[in-house]
Amino acid sequence: MTEWLAMGGYAGYVWGSYSVCAAAIAIELWRLRVRRLGALRAARIEAEAGIAG
Amino acid sequence: MQARARHRRFAWIAVGVLLLGIAAALVLNAFRSNLVFFYTPSQVFADEAPKGRNFRIGGLVVPGSLVRPGGSVEVQFKVTDNARTVAVVYHGILPDLFKEGKGVVAQGELRPDGVFVASQVLAKHDENYMPPEADEALRKAGHPLRPAEQVVDEARASVRK
Amino acid sequence: MAWIYRYASPATFYPVAGVLAPWFMAAAALLAGLGLYIGLIAAPTDFQQGDAYRIIYVHVPAAWMSMLIYIVMAIYAVLYLTFNTRLSAMMMNALAPTGAMFTFLALWTGALWGRPTWGTYWVWDARLTSELILLFLYFGFMALNAAIEDARRADKAAALVAIVGVVNVPIIYFSVQWWNTLHQGASVSMTASPKMASIMLSGMLVMGLAAWMYAIGAALKRVQTIIVEREVGADWLRRHLGDNAQVGRVA
Repeated sequence: MTEWLAMGGYAGYVWGSYSVCAAAIAIELWRLRVRRLGALRAARIEAEAGIAG
Repeated sequence: MQARARHRRFAWIAVGVLLLGIAAALVLNAFRSNLVFFYTPSQVFADEAPKGRNFRIGGLVVPGSLVRPGGSVEVQFKVTDNARTVAVVYHGILPDLFKEGKGVVAQGELRPDGVFVASQVLAKHDENYMPPEADEALRKAGHPLRPAEQVVDEARASVRK
Repeated sequence: MAWIYRYASPATFYPVAGVLAPWFMAAAALLAGLGLYIGLIAAPTDFQQGDAYRIIYVHVPAAWMSMLIYIVMAIYAVLYLTFNTRLSAMMMNALAPTGAMFTFLALWTGALWGRPTWGTYWVWDARLTSELILLFLYFGFMALNAAIEDARRADKAAALVAIVGVVNVPIIYFSVQWWNTLHQGASVSMTASPKMASIMLSGMLVMGLAAWMYAIGAALKRVQTIIVEREVGADWLRRHLGDNAQVGRVA
């Protein structure tokens, strides 16, 4: 296990690459969710205003 | 009427893309000689490498040519494209993948005596990937993958162009 | 031609994207799990590079997607400018951030791979430089889109950037053949047999497929959001939101 984590001395480079990828995907999915919820909220406010008006 | 407008729009886009393609091809052709990342030893001997300024030299490290005089950080080795050979001196740490018989790209200046004084040495590895046992087996069978020669072929091809 | 317009209507596509996206995301997760297992555990170490070569399992899929997504964007741009279909513009816009992300990842993981193997994080060779230009093209596309207030004019301008910039993609791809580069040639191509041991190759292809599924899933999720943003006030969206609210109350 320790040997596997060490990646033959290249741990920083290998795990650095994989963690940057994981972080980028996590950030993209989070940004997507924030943008989606915001858009839906705005649309709902508009729809209710439209029905009331 | 609408359909005709659509066809006209598409034709304009097609013409635009075509023009861009031609422009790109022309630019590429013009830059072909200037976008050289490294020069081969043959090009250096043919006086194609820039004089009086830094440039990069690329090729294979001649097997058995690597020496460290005085056990210091100074290293000397020879770079070849299997046609011509240039001697290189370098003060510094070599990359992990620097090996005799493998590709190398060195940046520096050509001294008047024809020795290339490198300020940076990079290893150029090839695109073959396999487990060490497979490499071992290939060597034993007398058919080692010879990326070294591939690199040389590529270098020759680019010289011919 | 009517079917194109019917299919390309945002109102029709919105629920379709909603159904498809989770499936693509699930496929991406499964494939990534398998690919990571092959790449990090099952595949052996490399004869020249040791374990540093394992960066290939994220680097190459990211680089492939960076180019492929740009090509698909350019195709949508042509469709939009030709047929004036709003959904084409929305798809083009939905792909850009994901494409930029993969380009950034290709450059970043490439730097982390270059340091231990070549001996440097970065060189200005033709491959690396043209990939950096691709990142700038993505940024330019998104900046232009954000800078122009009117959505239609923004789409038109951005579509032009997408079409013009697509000439850079073959330059990236063939740079290692056209010029002397530090970057090595392609291990996998249409014309030659792969230059990789088969287990390493399969790990890379599975990761590539995972990246592809992820990109489709992310683009579908984003295009749904763009549809909502742009269709505010449309009857179908009001009905859709109303239906969902009622379902929510019952549940």
